[in-house]
Amino acid sequence: MSKLFPKSANKLPLQIIILVFVLGGIATAATTYYATNKYTNVGYAPVQPVPFSHALHAGQLGIDCRYCHVGVDKGPTSTVPTSQTCMNCHNQVKTDSPLLQVVRDSYASGDPVPWVKIHQAPDYVYFNHSVHIARGVSCVECHGRIDEMDVVHQAKPLSMGFCLDCHRAPENFVRDPKLVTKLDWKHPEGVEGQVRDGKKFVHDWNIKPPQSCSGCHR
Amino acid sequence: MRYVYLTLFLIVVLGVSIFGFRGSLSTRSPLEVFPDMDHQAKYKPQAESAFFADGRADRPLPAGVVAYGRDTDMPAAGFLKADATLFEGKDSKGAWLTGFPSAVTVDPAKLLERGQDRFTIYCAPCHGALGDGNGITKQYGMGATPTFHDDAKRKLANGEIFNVITHGKGNMLSYADKLPAEDRWAVVAYVRALQRAAHANAADVPPGHKSELGIK
Ligand code: HEC
Ligand code: HEC
Ligand code: HEC
Ligand code: HEC
Ligand code: HEC
Ligand code: HEC
Repeated sequence: MSKLFPKSANKLPLQIIILVFVLGGIATAATTYYATNKYTNVGYAPVQPVPFSHALHAGQLGIDCRYCHVGVDKGPTSTVPTSQTCMNCHNQVKTDSPLLQVVRDSYASGDPVPWVKIHQAPDYVYFNHSVHIARGVSCVECHGRIDEMDVVHQAKPLSMGFCLDCHRAPENFVRDPKLVTKLDWKHPEGVEGQVRDGKKFVHDWNIKPPQSCSGCHR
Repeated sequence: MRYVYLTLFLIVVLGVSIFGFRGSLSTRSPLEVFPDMDHQAKYKPQAESAFFADGRADRPLPAGVVAYGRDTDMPAAGFLKADATLFEGKDSKGAWLTGFPSAVTVDPAKLLERGQDRFTIYCAPCHGALGDGNGITKQYGMGATPTFHDDAKRKLANGEIFNVITHGKGNMLSYADKLPAEDRWAVVAYVRALQRAAHANAADVPPGHKSELGIK
């Protein structure tokens, strides 16, 4: 009888097992890298109907976030401003700028400017801005340095793990609520000071961010 | 076998070059890996709606409607906005109120602190932190913003200042959508405090603090 298999076939089972592991590894790495919010959402910067710059208005002019995002300290949603908010100033500056035509039309007609939404919590997640603002969680923790962005992009993943990183250890993040809109603020004594004061805030105000499922999925 | 790994390597390189790296800016809307219940049949604030002709899920108020409980936390005073002192700044005879409405608690510390906070956010960009009309926008060509410290503005009744915030005046538009009635009164109180401070003299400084300023 002639040989059915060559000698090298003895190695084949081992080679197949190794290959399966390598393929599995690649698939796992690809999913964790590409199928999570850090890849799918971070960096999303849609083209807006008006080239509005936060770097100019919030950074250079130093307008407080709440001047425009009125709802942020009052309720769940941080409302995007009405066109009247823009016209407060733009009825006097850059009154004939072509870039602002959409805003002027909207102010005249009453139809809103069709801003494109960037940050989006899935509908099964309950999120509330005002509880975070009232407890001294700054915009910068969840939105990055908006005051340096000409075009807003999503800077943080806003995934469940991201929320929980803070809910498990709020003392690393909470600050005096008066400073929430100062995005460049860092504790003058660095991490140590932040944790010390953070612990004090957490204790004094009895801060207990929810970690149970029903806190965020209600 | 070598060829298997070589092709695998090329596939990985191809994949990475197609999908790119994390965090790179993109104008494409985010990929939803499991879109299961991301979009439920409900409207969220400021959302779009295909049902209404103007495409808005937030419905504008029909003419003549008084939104209940929107402008104040005080249910009794807020009902139908019947309290003219609180919502219009006018007394029972229709004249501008010179004091504060009875519904507002004039607790100097709390009211002024709230007023300072709101003034800094909503008024200071134009009127300046001191109320002298030299806010940041003046440098960009908004020269029409007046100071609060001339005689005409000091003579305004509280109710008139409240009315300017509520309905705007000339080039200044309304701030009623940003400040509920109570907050508007707090801002009025703070404007008064600024005016008082700008015209203070040595006699107004409490005795204990005189030495700090180097006056006797
Ligand atoms: C002069 C008004 C104005 C000020 C001040 C302002 N914003 Fe905005 N903001 C806007 C407008 C208009 C949009 C929508 C267009 C866009 O995304 O650029 C927006 C969008 C955003 C978004 C993205 C919303 C989304 O769709 O997900 C975030 C986050 C945001 N602003 C945060 C801030 C923060 C933080 C500050 C304070 C540092 C601030 N903004 C100050 C007007 C303003
Ligand atoms: C507090 C005053 C203020 C408010 C409120 C404001 N802006 Fe501006 N805006 C300015 C100033 C000042 C400039 C810069 C003018 C300059 O560079 O000389 C400017 C410039 C701009 C420009 C560039 C115009 C050009 O031709 O270069 C755009 C676009 C713009 N703003 C959009 C908006 C929008 C949209 C809103 C409402 C969400 C808004 N602004 C609200 C003060 C304001
Ligand atoms: C704890 C995290 C967190 C903080 C702090 C935070 N945001 Fe947000 N923000 C979010 C999330 C999550 C969304 C998406 C909400 C949604 O889609 O319902 C969002 C959405 C927004 C939007 C879009 C409108 C909306 O509400 O959906 C704006 C504008 C905004 N944030 C501004 C701000 C400003 C201004 C501050 C600071 C004063 C701030 N945010 C602080 C997490 C945060
Ligand atoms: C940087 C810190 C931080 C991050 C990030 C953060 N939170 Fe929170 N969260 C807090 C704090 C602090 C509280 C207040 C707890 C309290 O008042 O006892 C809170 C409270 C809450 C509450 C309770 C509100 C209520 O009405 O009871 C919910 C729900 C919540 N967070 C959801 C989220 C979600 C969803 C995310 C992610 C998008 C998130 N949080 C991210 C710090 C954070
Ligand atoms: C701090 C708030 C918070 C808490 C507590 C929380 N979640 Fe979530 N969860 C989120 C957010 C935010 C998302 C959406 C993440 C995203 O955008 O993909 C999410 C998503 C999910 C998803 C869907 C994942 C997907 O991509 O389809 C499941 C399932 C889930 N959570 C289960 C749970 C369970 C089970 C618990 C309790 C052990 C829990 N969550 C507690 C905030 C929370
Ligand atoms: C966008 C710039 C801007 C902002 C913000 C602003 N104002 Fe004004 N304000 C003006 C201008 C311009 C005038 C002059 C109006 C005129 O007479 O045409 C004015 C006038 C006034 C007057 C005098 C009215 C009179 O009877 O002569 C008062 C009082 C006043 N503002 C109070 C406020 C208060 C309080 C706030 C904060 C809630 C505020 N303003 C925010 C621009 C602004």
